[in-house]
This record gives sequence, C-alpha cells and structure tokens, in this order.
Amino acid sequence: MNFDLTEERQMLQDTLRRYLADKYDTATRNTILDSEAGMSAEIWNGLAELGVIGALFSEDDGGFAGAGFDIAVVFEELGRAGVVEPMLDTAILGGGLVAALGDSAQKEIIEEVIGGVVQLALAHGEPTSRYDLARVQTTAKADGDTIVLNGRKAVVVNAEAADHLVVSARESGAADDAEGISLFLVPAGTAGLTMRGYAMLAGGRAAEVTLDNVSVPASARLGAAGAALPAIETVVAAANVALAAETMGAMQAATELTKEYLMTRKQFGRPIGSFQALAHRMSDLLIELEQARSAVINAAGHLETDAPVRDMQIASARNLMGRVGRLVAEESIQMHGGIAMTQEYELAHIAKRITMADHRFGDTDYHLERFIALSAA
Amino acid sequence: MDLNYTAEELAFRDEVRAFMQEKLPKEMADKVRGKGELTKDDMERWHAILNEQGWLAPNWPEEYGGCAWNAVQKHIFDVECAFANAPRVLPFGLAMLAPVLMAFGSQEQKDHYLPRILNGDDWWCQGYSEPGAGSDLASLKTRAVRDGDHYIVNGQKTWTTLGQHANMIFCLVRTDTDVKQQEGISFLLIDMDTPGVEVRPIILLDGTHEVNEVWFTDVKVPVENLVGEENKGWTYAKYLLTHERTGIAGIGSSQAGLDAIKRMARAEVHNGRPLIENPHFAARMAQVEIDLMAMATTNLRIISKAAVGQAPGLEASMIKVKGTIIRQEINDLARRAAGPYAMPFPSEAVEGDNDPIGPEGAAVVAPQYFNNRKLSIFGGSNEIQRGIIAKVTMGV
Repeated sequence: MNFDLTEERQMLQDTLRRYLADKYDTATRNTILDSEAGMSAEIWNGLAELGVIGALFSEDDGGFAGAGFDIAVVFEELGRAGVVEPMLDTAILGGGLVAALGDSAQKEIIEEVIGGVVQLALAHGEPTSRYDLARVQTTAKADGDTIVLNGRKAVVVNAEAADHLVVSARESGAADDAEGISLFLVPAGTAGLTMRGYAMLAGGRAAEVTLDNVSVPASARLGAAGAALPAIETVVAAANVALAAETMGAMQAATELTKEYLMTRKQFGRPIGSFQALAHRMSDLLIELEQARSAVINAAGHLETDAPVRDMQIASARNLMGRVGRLVAEESIQMHGGIAMTQEYELAHIAKRITMADHRFGDTDYHLERFIALSAA
Repeated sequence: MDLNYTAEELAFRDEVRAFMQEKLPKEMADKVRGKGELTKDDMERWHAILNEQGWLAPNWPEEYGGCAWNAVQKHIFDVECAFANAPRVLPFGLAMLAPVLMAFGSQEQKDHYLPRILNGDDWWCQGYSEPGAGSDLASLKTRAVRDGDHYIVNGQKTWTTLGQHANMIFCLVRTDTDVKQQEGISFLLIDMDTPGVEVRPIILLDGTHEVNEVWFTDVKVPVENLVGEENKGWTYAKYLLTHERTGIAGIGSSQAGLDAIKRMARAEVHNGRPLIENPHFAARMAQVEIDLMAMATTNLRIISKAAVGQAPGLEASMIKVKGTIIRQEINDLARRAAGPYAMPFPSEAVEGDNDPIGPEGAAVVAPQYFNNRKLSIFGGSNEIQRGIIAKVTMGV
C-alpha cells in the first residue's frame, strides 16, 4: 500500500492550489456569483491552460490522466477554493459520456472541451425522477433518419452556457426500465429546445429544459439505441467521486477558517477556542475530516473496478460525506457566530457548497439505501 | 392535570382561526409561504390589523393595552398564526423594549412610547451586539459621554435586525469606563434621524438584507432618553434577554413547518413511490415530530408557570436550546424533501409572476435552512444558554 500522490498528481495539486489561491478570493468569487453568466471565462481559460480539464480525460481520449485519483485531486482543490465554474458538468458528465459512447466524429468535441472552448451539460434528471437514474420519461421517436425528442429536464446545471446538451430520452420500455434509454448530442439553439435559466444558491446556473419536438439526425445518438444507462451510471460514479472530493476540499477550508477564528477571536478576555466547550467540538471536526479523506480515497480508488464494488464504495463515501459535511458546515458556522452568516465571509459560500452537494446525484439517505441494497446483494 | 383544551379554549381557538381567515390578507400569507418577501408595508399593515383587534400585545398587561391572555391562549394564538402563515409580529418594540419600559422606564417614557409601539408610530430596532461584543456582550464599547442635558454617543452596533426600516433604536452604551464592565453600562433610546447615525447593510448568506451595522458619530441624545438609572443598563439588558428567549421556542412555526414537509413528501416521488413512504425519510420525520410533541408540552408547562411580566430564567434557556435545535432540524428535513429542486436560488425562482421552479414550496427551503442557522446564534447563543443552565443548576 502507498498513500502518497504520484509525482504528476502532486504537481497538479500544487499548481492548481497555487493558481486558485492567487486568483480566486472571496471578493472575486462574489463578483462571479453576481454576474449574469455565473462563471468566469478568464478562470475557465486559466484552468484549461493549466491542464486541469485534460487531467480529467484519459490519453486515449486526448487527455493525460482521467483516473479516479486524478478526479479526486482536481476536485479537492476546486472544493477548497469554492470554485463555481462548471467543471463537473462540462468535463466529467458531458465530456465523460461523449468519451465513453461517442464515435470518432462525435469525440472531436473532446479536444475542444479540454482546450476550454466548448461547454457541455447533461440533461438527464426530470421533474419527478429525483435521484433515480433509470427514471426517464422524455421520449425519442425515430422518424426515418430523424429522431424527435419530447419531454422536460429538471435542474440542468450549465444548460445555458453549454454548446451541446447531452440529452437522455427513452426509446422503449416503461418509465423506470433500465433498458431503453438513449443519449443524444443536441447542439444549443436547436429548434424546439427552450430553457428557463436561474442562478443556484451555492453558485453556478441551471435551467429547466423543455424539448418540444426537437429533431436531431440519428447520428446525434451516442452509442447504441436504448443501451445508455450503464454509461450514465459510470459517469455518475465519477461525478460522485468528484462531489465527494469537492466536499472534502471545502470541509478542509471550513475547518481551517474555524480553527483560525477560534484562536484569534477573543471574548471574555481570551480566545474562544480556549473554552473547552468549543475546543472539543473543533477536535471532533478534525477527526471527521480524516474520516472524510479516507472515504474519498476509498471511492476514488475503486472508480475503475467492477460496478457492484465501485457503487458500494461510492454510496459509502457519499453517505459519509453527507453526514460529516452537514456536521462541519453547521458547526463551523455555529462556532464562528454571526460573522459566518454574512455573504462577505468566505465560510458562508464554503458552507453552501458543502450542503448543496448533498442535492446532486443522491443525498445522504439515498446513498444509505444504495449501500444497504448493494451490501446485501 | 388535563391535556385537553377546555370548551372556552376551543372557542378561543375557533375565534382566532376565523379571524385569520377573515383578516389575514392572502397575498401576505402567500409571501410567508415562500412566494415573495414581506415588505415594510406588509409588516406594518399586519401590525395594524392585529392592533385593531386588540391582539397585538399578548404579553402586555391589560392596563397598557395588552391581551391579558393566559399561557394556553398565547400558545393557541401562536399555533394558529403559524398555520395561517401570518407574518411574524416584530418583537423589538412589543416584546423586547416594552417590558423594560414597563419595569424600569419613567412615567413619561411609558406614556409616550408604549402607545406609539401599539399604534406602529415607531419602528424599533435593537442596539446590543458590537463587532467585539457578541457572546461577551458586557464588553461593549459604544461610548456615551454626558454633556449638559445630552449624551454624546460614539461607536458601532451590529446585527441590527431590520434597522433599515427603524426610526428608533434602544442601545446599550458605556457611560463609565472605570468600573467593572457590567457596572458601567446604560440603556439609551436613540432617534435614528439624529445627525451622526448611519445604517449600513449586511447581506446574509441567503442573499437577504435583514441585518445592519449602525454607526454613531457624535450623536446627541437628550438625557431624558436614558431608561432607569445611569450605569444600571446591564440589569435591564439581562431582563430583556430573558424576554427575548421565551418567544424563541417557535412551537407553532415548527408544527406548521412539519406540516409543510409532509405535504411536500406526499407529492415528491422517490423511486416511484411517494417520499413520505420512504423508511429513512419517514424515520427522520418521526424523530422530529416526537421531539416536537414533548417540546410543545415543555413550552406550555414553562409559560404556565411564569406569571405575566415575570421572566423565567433557567427554563427560558432550556426552551431556547431545544426549540432552536428542533426548528433547525425541520429546516434540514425540508431541504432534503425538496431533492434536486433545493438547488435553485429563490430570488430568481420566485421572481415576479413566474411560476415557481420545482414543486410548491421547494424554492425557499435551502435559503431558510441557511438563514435559520441564526436561531442558535442570536439572542444569546446556545453555548451561552448551556452555560447559564450549568451555572444555575451546578454553580459552575
């Protein structure tokens, strides 16, 4: 066993950490949050130039890494700095699906993704699907060489900025059948595609997407008809590693800020951290942070294993991150007091990132259920 | 002992319920349910509607225009207000300052300010916390120096809730720096229109402008605005804080909140079934409901014991801690119930006449969850309350 990062990953971590420490302070991020786009083109280009996007793709796909540990390294740093740019959506989800299922023509956009010039979004969740990946009621009907899409997609993160949407739709079967789901690469601006966009509480933007007789050529289908679910599950597994790592990075930021505050803020003539009632709670957070780090390592290290083992590790990690994340976010705010409730203070945003990660691809309870089902199997 | 409402109490409940149906404007209730933000005008209108009915001041004695309700009536009113989605009645004048004036104010102050509080002529805010004086409130530094028939006030207050709407602020100020911290504090009433008073907004993590900084630069305050005796302000402040804590259990709002979660969980689909049937979610909900059932009785027991105008000490701290834990747990559950639809930011999701994004009520749950982290921080943090409980019961 060896728990050290490889030299390449260590370099990636150092470079990214330095870049974000330099470029991404609270005031800068608040400007980004207030902007119409909800993201910074300058930061996105910067990340692309550093090779951060390329680190999320394998060499076969034109990147230079792409394993679970690479994802974990990148997202831990994005989480630590509270980055709101849509790396998860463009690279892991959209890019991951094109890489997994696309033919050589379709895969040409990956080079542009890695270069930072193309944005993607996964339009999969629907108003009543909650966290269930197999529940797809959007329909795809073949009409000669054309496929017509109809349906509604919910909380599609990065939809407005995306140059292409990766849209899931059902070609056969009942609403929650594993079989029958296909994916289509739909260019922005295709007739019949409408969006109602909005900002999100923890940063970034999303949209309710309506597909009203959207026609695409059969060549827009990614992979075989009706067989997309396993690939969706695989990229969502990667997304869950990313979310767990991002939350862990954010938890580090939260505990560092809290520790610092407890040692500098004085009440009753002494640093508040010298009160045992707070010191012990801070110690608990640090204990849980180590647990979180291990959970992320477990999940990242099993991303390339067979689905049943992979999914149990991932359900385990996300359940733990959900529980521990809540504790860290709430206790960090509480031990700070009012100051942590203000938009100007770094922790406010970090706490929102930690908490709202529990609303993507399954919350604490969803992953508990998954774990129970998978460990009983 | 009898846990049932008497016939009179049931009649009172029906009367309150009918009043809410008839007099609470629908658009206000909609806003409380999360379809928009209450304006200053809304809050003033609701205040006036209650005042016209004589129901504005449940805690005041009758001689000052209060309701003279017993504990059970107050509880019933609280619950009915919450279920009707009535706006919160602001506590600053009615529940915080008024008891202090009644107990320690001059006759002139009572005659002048109390009717103005009822009539809504003054909007009060609270000048207690300072950047360096939070939990350690007695370390406050805002200075008031006597100069003839005025005090000259300099310093800064913070976390001043709705100070942007207020025309009056009651302040703790330091009038003697040579004695023990607690012995040099006075309680001063300050007109916010006085030159040298400046209000600066603080934006909270849910994007709302609810609290402010209030800065004082050479502000001239007439000496008749001193409440009680100079340097006795700490006694009055502690008296006020116990009053602030008694209202904080929020039983009615917790019960209404739990009801809203059940509605959401019936409509929300989880793996093809209603979320409310999911054993993990149902267990979380049951745990909170069990705690709340006991809490409602704890609250009633304690407020029954406390005579009108007499502030409970130890019990108030207990209710504050447990009541806020329950309220925050309910906010957490509501967030979970909303699933992915907790992510949209409500200022956009509920903007204008647009349909809300996602299922009914979902857009506000996450901001409310974050906003209500304040419950365990303000009014004496839960750590301070636990310290009080330990001190009273164990002498440590």
